[in-house]
Amino acid sequence: MASKQFYFEDIEVGSEVPPLEKEPSTQQLVKYAGASGDFYQIHYDKDFALKNNLPGVIIHGALKNAFLGQLMTDFAGELGWLRKLSVQYRGMDQPGSKVVCKGRVTRKYVESGNHMVDCEIWLENSRGEKTTPGSATVVLPSRSPS
Amino acid sequence: MAKYVTEEARRQIGKVSETRTYEVERGAIRRFAEAVGDSNPLFNAEKLARKTRFGGMIAPPTFCRSLGAPILDVKLSMPQFRGLDGGSDWEYFEPIRPGDRITVQSKLADLRESEGRLGPMVFMTTETTYTNQHGEICAIQRATGIRY
Repeated sequence: MASKQFYFEDIEVGSEVPPLEKEPSTQQLVKYAGASGDFYQIHYDKDFALKNNLPGVIIHGALKNAFLGQLMTDFAGELGWLRKLSVQYRGMDQPGSKVVCKGRVTRKYVESGNHMVDCEIWLENSRGEKTTPGSATVVLPSRSPS
Repeated sequence: MAKYVTEEARRQIGKVSETRTYEVERGAIRRFAEAVGDSNPLFNAEKLARKTRFGGMIAPPTFCRSLGAPILDVKLSMPQFRGLDGGSDWEYFEPIRPGDRITVQSKLADLRESEGRLGPMVFMTTETTYTNQHGEICAIQRATGIRY
């Protein structure tokens, strides 16, 4: 769980979402295949991946989606709610090196009494390339009654 | 002119799949969270989660992926193709909890074609709805599949 609960009043446009680091191993890809039911061989069978013109096994786009989901449920905290999450798979990532999920607040507003925060989010690899950009909207608790 | 996404092919937009219903197991939620490396007590620890406003464990946002959507039969005269997952847009309305019975159904939301570096590319947007046993929509996923 997020170590700190953010409130709507704590957040400004431009605020950074606390980053989330991951270093997926091939073992993690196998665990994710089992847990999600996605058994496409490019994620665990190196020979199969090479035959498909890939540099080796690659991380499931869906796992990167899950990492970005974790980034945002940590940010929302137990008093918040992740309302929207969008990801676009623009580049492939391989296991065995660090990837970092990051985000930045782009808008804050009140809608139907809910305190909403929009963020741009992305996953970047160790070369700093944003292979998985996206966006998210969270509802945060407010310190003042609306 | 579109080569594969013809007027006739586009008439399939709106087509829905069969439904499939799953019972959500607590262990499946934990295994999913563990595979992602997400130690949030909401997704892992019933006792701690019970003290939160959710009153118990819930599923992490992309857990829905483990509730396989029924196949949506879209006819497209593309002789052979490679497939790519372009991405997903999720909306969340209600938490998914252990013991829930979630009904999954997909709909063909859009079918487009554009000319890419490697020739014609077909973009297929599928909207999948996850509804609980109370008839409440928990999540909607719009996924874009690319064929080229």
